[in-house]
Amino acid sequence: MIQKILSYDTPRSIALSMLLLCIFAGLALAPFLFPGVRTVDTAARICIFIVLVASYDLLLGYGGIVSFAHTMFFGVGAYSVALTSLHLGRGFDALILGAAIGAVLATCLAAAIGLFSLRVRAIFFAMITLAVASALAVLVSQFSDLTGGEDGLTFKLPRELGPAFKFGQTLFDGTVFGVKLNGKLLTYYLVFGTSLVLFLITLRLVNAPFGRVLQAIRENEFRAEAIGYRVVHYKIAATCLSAAIASCAGALYAIWLRYVGPSTTLSLELMIDILLILVIGGMGTIYGAVIGATLFLLTENYLQAAMGRLTSGIGDIPVVSALLSPDRWLLWMGILFIVSVYCFPKGIVGHFRKDP
Amino acid sequence: MSIPLLSTTDLTVRFGGHIAVDNVTTQFHPGELTAIVGPNGAGKTTFFNLISGQIRASSGQVVLNGQDISRLPVSARTKAGLGRAFQLTNLFPDLTVLENIRLVVQAKANKGFNLWSTAVALTDITAKAQTILAQVRLEHVAKQPVSELPHGDQRKLEVAILIALEPKVFMFDEPTAGMSLDEADTILDLIADLKARTECTVLLVEHKMDVIRTLADRIVVLHNGQLVADGPPAEVMASAIVQEAYLGLSPEDQMHG
Repeated sequence: MIQKILSYDTPRSIALSMLLLCIFAGLALAPFLFPGVRTVDTAARICIFIVLVASYDLLLGYGGIVSFAHTMFFGVGAYSVALTSLHLGRGFDALILGAAIGAVLATCLAAAIGLFSLRVRAIFFAMITLAVASALAVLVSQFSDLTGGEDGLTFKLPRELGPAFKFGQTLFDGTVFGVKLNGKLLTYYLVFGTSLVLFLITLRLVNAPFGRVLQAIRENEFRAEAIGYRVVHYKIAATCLSAAIASCAGALYAIWLRYVGPSTTLSLELMIDILLILVIGGMGTIYGAVIGATLFLLTENYLQAAMGRLTSGIGDIPVVSALLSPDRWLLWMGILFIVSVYCFPKGIVGHFRKDP
Repeated sequence: MSIPLLSTTDLTVRFGGHIAVDNVTTQFHPGELTAIVGPNGAGKTTFFNLISGQIRASSGQVVLNGQDISRLPVSARTKAGLGRAFQLTNLFPDLTVLENIRLVVQAKANKGFNLWSTAVALTDITAKAQTILAQVRLEHVAKQPVSELPHGDQRKLEVAILIALEPKVFMFDEPTAGMSLDEADTILDLIADLKARTECTVLLVEHKMDVIRTLADRIVVLHNGQLVADGPPAEVMASAIVQEAYLGLSPEDQMHG
């Protein structure tokens, strides 16, 4: 059963299975294990980034297609949900319609870019995606009437997903293990559940005959064509599928934040984060997205605080405390990432599972 | 004579001012093994590329089974029945030996755009791939990545891919290049076996004259992109034009190497 859900692509390493199980349990029970606004927020972001990075892995790790437009598709989904919610009024129908429009729009955009540029050399496709993504980011910040410009848009979720909505008053007295049963909790489980389903869909896609063809294209495009696969069609299909999944992740992100803005969904920094997460986790494994995203977001959110605690603990040693000052957390994050790429050139997942 | 399975008409390709293949018109028949010979740079591999589609012809036609395939992409030509083994080993290096063959069987079954069932669940495809591996005696390395295989086994896999494609026309481009004598014999046995077992058309680019003498039904000689001789092996080898085409390339080597 579990085999089937995981598309027969199990972690194939005890250490890796344990690690993935811990992450799964941690995310599934996050509101109960780590109650708190910040912790649950981090958990939700981890869920969404797992999907976003996994969909990018489908493209880069399996298909060997380098694209810099992944945040664009993420942003399309996020903005669609925000705009439908704003214009149709708060409601689940607006959310679902927004997510659907976003996915369709992202697919069309991906198909258009793919048709124009996937026939030619890989570097050209990468440049085109970069150009289109930058152009769209500029458009979004310029069309402030529609998109709210640099400020972005805040919108309202259905009442059931707001903190004011309470449930289970009679049955559980409104709390379970001291956690308030409110709309925010429901939103978390909406994000978690949808992310889980999207992740499993991605896992299935790469283990389907289609995914195997993508691997073949990554390995040897010329030969893939010669054994009868029309490479350009597969590449376009991969781009579209990955765009649609990224767009769904974007919709979830907008729902979670109740806000969209260029810096949270469209920025090039976000694109670099995605690449970094994938490289650290391990390309072409899908599970790499889980490990990478968890590690990355935990570091990003908690390294500074951890360093603060460390420096106050060791007191005032001249050079050391200056180096370990919480203000230097970005330096240490950079060093951590360089070390991890150096020690695990195939990513963490690639390191644990050696067999092909 | 039977109807040709594959034919080229005035097939020509120019690279700038250089004419690499020049007005080649010829036919290939079912059950016939044709050796294509000629000195280095005569346009043999380019001729192959024009047929299998890696290069588009500047002018002229390639007709397979009555269908003009000159404008089709490589994959469509493969689907139409052309199968090609490459001169330089051309495989999926990081995938396993079995997966290399499985991908071919999957392509043949038109299952590539299956997005939903897992590849593992398509057991008939895997089983067929295993049968083909057994035919070339590679089943003991099925789970190894191709990049770890010795050169000879990689060449065998190259032939296995061709067998898995079940093409109407087999195209071998120097299948024994860089192989030890033992390994070369295995490959040549496979080719001879193919020819005997199936009524297929085989095109073979080869330098070794002894190989040609034993295997070929017919020899086509290319020189400077032009077809200069065509006929049964004994006749062609004796002709003056072939001797001339090979002049300067040490005829002794060519004839006995």
